[in-house]
Amino acid sequence: MNVLEFDIQDCDLQPDLWRRELMDPACGGYASFEGWVRDNNEGQQVLRLEYQAYAALALKEGQRILEEARQKFPISHAKCVHRVGALDISGMAVWVGVSGGHRDECFRACRYIIDEVKHRVPVWKKEHYVSGDSGWVNCEACAAGH
Amino acid sequence: MKTVHIEYFAVLRECAGSDREAVSTAAETPQQLFAELAERYEFPTLQSVKVAINEEFSDMQASLSDGDTVVFIPPVAGG
Repeated sequence: MNVLEFDIQDCDLQPDLWRRELMDPACGGYASFEGWVRDNNEGQQVLRLEYQAYAALALKEGQRILEEARQKFPISHAKCVHRVGALDISGMAVWVGVSGGHRDECFRACRYIIDEVKHRVPVWKKEHYVSGDSGWVNCEACAAGH
Repeated sequence: MKTVHIEYFAVLRECAGSDREAVSTAAETPQQLFAELAERYEFPTLQSVKVAINEEFSDMQASLSDGDTVVFIPPVAGG
């Protein structure tokens, strides 16, 4: 059975557990990506983050991205999990894992998945700054005053 | 007039002050509905807005039907 799974969860991500799910005797390569909460963004000192998702559509779109990755690259397994809720600095916001016969397709599929997830999956990020301000990323102008 | 169910996320949720509501509207497209809500709740000017109807991406010029669930999607920022 090939793993091809996108998920959203509101508790800490478990990459060690999921990495084992992608292990396969036929696979010689595994690539993963972890997105972490950074303490700065566009000149602002960030204190913590909050992620919100439109889960029903995010799950469908995430799954479509994984299916595209498997069509484009000869990989065996792929999984991606995005966190929602409150996260502190260095917390893991997203995890992608891919396994396949060889490294090249694993690296490329992993890159494809994270890039597409960031652009297409309906997940939003609110940054809380050291200054006391906060703002929804990519809607800064609007968040001011709210 | 038709009734549509709206779910709000992110900055739009903060502006609307709730995560969902049923709205009675004469709007024929998501574009018209968004303009109506933007005026009511003073939505910010966004770089782009997408729309989902009944849990699938749709078009801001699509036709709205009575009972549709509509979600406006401000610029996403996952990862």
